[in-house]
Amino acid sequence: MTNPSAASETPSKTLYDKLWQAHVVAEMGDGAALLYIDRHLVHEVTSPQAFDGLRLNGRKPWRLAANLAVADHNVPTTDRSQGIADPISRTQVDALDSNCDEFGITEFRMSDLRQGIVHVIGPEQGATLPGMTVVCGDSHTSTHGAFGALAFGIGTSEVEHALATQTLVQKKSRSMRVTVHGKVAPGITAKDIVLAIIGRIGTAGGNGSTIEFAGEAIAALSMEGRMTVCNMAIEAGARAGIIAVDQTTIDYVKGRPFAPKGENWDKAVAWWNTLHSDAGAKFDSEVLIEAADIKPQVTWGTSPEMVVPVDGRVPDPAKEADATRRQGMERALHYMGLAANTPINEIRIDKVFIGSCTNSRIEDLRAAAKVVGGKRIASNVKLAMVVPGSGLVKQQAEKEGLDRVFLDAGFEWREPGCSMCLGMNADRLSPGERCASTSNRNFEGRQGQGGRTHLVSPAMAAAAAIAGHFVDIRG
Amino acid sequence: MQAFTQVTGLTLPLDRANVDTDAIIPKQYLKSIKRSGFGPFLFDDWRYLDAGDLDIDPATRRPNPEFVLNQPRYKGASVLLARENFGCGSSREHAVWALSDYGFRTVIAPSFADIFFNNSFKTGFLPIVLKDEEIDALFVEAQAEGYRLTVDLPEQTVRTPGGKSFRFDIDPFRKDCLVRGLDEIGLTLQRSEAIRAYEARRKQEAPWLFA
Repeated sequence: MTNPSAASETPSKTLYDKLWQAHVVAEMGDGAALLYIDRHLVHEVTSPQAFDGLRLNGRKPWRLAANLAVADHNVPTTDRSQGIADPISRTQVDALDSNCDEFGITEFRMSDLRQGIVHVIGPEQGATLPGMTVVCGDSHTSTHGAFGALAFGIGTSEVEHALATQTLVQKKSRSMRVTVHGKVAPGITAKDIVLAIIGRIGTAGGNGSTIEFAGEAIAALSMEGRMTVCNMAIEAGARAGIIAVDQTTIDYVKGRPFAPKGENWDKAVAWWNTLHSDAGAKFDSEVLIEAADIKPQVTWGTSPEMVVPVDGRVPDPAKEADATRRQGMERALHYMGLAANTPINEIRIDKVFIGSCTNSRIEDLRAAAKVVGGKRIASNVKLAMVVPGSGLVKQQAEKEGLDRVFLDAGFEWREPGCSMCLGMNADRLSPGERCASTSNRNFEGRQGQGGRTHLVSPAMAAAAAIAGHFVDIRG
Repeated sequence: MQAFTQVTGLTLPLDRANVDTDAIIPKQYLKSIKRSGFGPFLFDDWRYLDAGDLDIDPATRRPNPEFVLNQPRYKGASVLLARENFGCGSSREHAVWALSDYGFRTVIAPSFADIFFNNSFKTGFLPIVLKDEEIDALFVEAQAEGYRLTVDLPEQTVRTPGGKSFRFDIDPFRKDCLVRGLDEIGLTLQRSEAIRAYEARRKQEAPWLFA
């Protein structure tokens, strides 16, 4: 006797299904559930009103040890011995410090070597672990999905909810798999892969979905590369991006301060090794991208989907049939001060920013330094800055002499933080200035009112700094 | 939380796709540690010709007469009509606070970014998804001076002044919270036992998470 239904009794699960099911506290009907939150990362911008809410209602954090706080958006990247000059920024950072003191939450203060961008320090400390649910009041929380964790950004009301209850009411999202098939060409980075994906599916392509990134080109990435890819899942509209756990993941986590040790380590690894989509798992949608087709990417407009290869041209709105899209393109070209059909490599830049939660880790700095080595920034480049993702990244880079490479070339070498990714501190573009940036958003005004942002990889940003305009690093 | 049942209001059409949260409320205003007072800075970069900041009185700034929000006919609008992928970008709930503080109670669009959509419900602000062709029709109708839509949450409909009615979907739990203005944290804390039971079980399975 055979049992034809055996396979359907234990249906193949996606990685997302496994992560979801492991965290359901209670089903709430219609696909919604109360989901347990293992790790809550806190920063100064989206938390003060949440702490106020706790005070107002006489509530305390549910589980203190689940929280880790750091100030990153408002911190100065220049000399910190004088504190924060802008009184409004200072108030916000002070509020985080006093809230963490009052409620007993672990915080890396501005003077702590471990301080840095929240999405850099979580993984660096081993506070982000495979199989966790990780939330933070920041959309780029998707970064942590690189570890096979279910990680997503939340608003301030949910920050308060996570603090007070260690849970969130969530609706299960659709599942999408983006498979990057084959190997990328030499010189193609994780940033180029994810920009190419966004170019293909659009900034709303992942709305309502969790994207699993898969395929040979993704598996070949280091953990830092995988973080770059998952970081920008949100720019494809997906709240979360995830990548299966493999030996690369486990090797990265081992020995980090917050990582499990001894018997717990073995037990953890045994579970982590199950964190991949089963063969035959069904996704609601699938996208296939050939790695060999991916070239270095440069955005030309005011949305990350407005992206072309470096050997391409600024597109022509006249060729766009859809009226809303055409108007969007025209508005973007006007804002960006670009003419249709301009070759990308003729676009000259004023500033260069190497940093952000997308590209400020040690491998990013090494890649940029390799391009810069022994050269000088072009005379038309008014400012080129490197902002390491954390104090520890900065320390490592200095140990390797990367700071000298950048300084000798005319770059500024700064203290860690979000910096000119969004310009909440003093680092920002002036109106009309054009920037080659390794960050994640080219929205109008993102890096400063009237500023014009082109998103690129660290190597491409470094090459643009030297040439004064975009160049194909493969050439 | 402010309850939401029925709203009839002047309708402002914002005919742009991918309106991001940086456009809804620029970063300099996120330095505020309060939940209120963001209304004067809603769509700041589009709305004013000069730069603003938290310590600059908006009344002293130069409004951009071209921007739809500054047109006198839309003064007092409480229903926002928008295009696809509204609210994309950062997780800042300040975007919803700014819309609410300005006086909007609801936004109608063909699609929303996930985090913005989620955040809206926490503040008594209703995001409504209608079909592309329904949105197109509303954009045409909203050209009429004094155009007012009625949003009825219990009925789940958007009604036009001409009597057309478009039905929208909403998650029943979210609908219930909005209609009754419930505090979600209070509701969840009623399930404290379930949370503790989950933690006890999880501690056995995955002790490293509680180390």
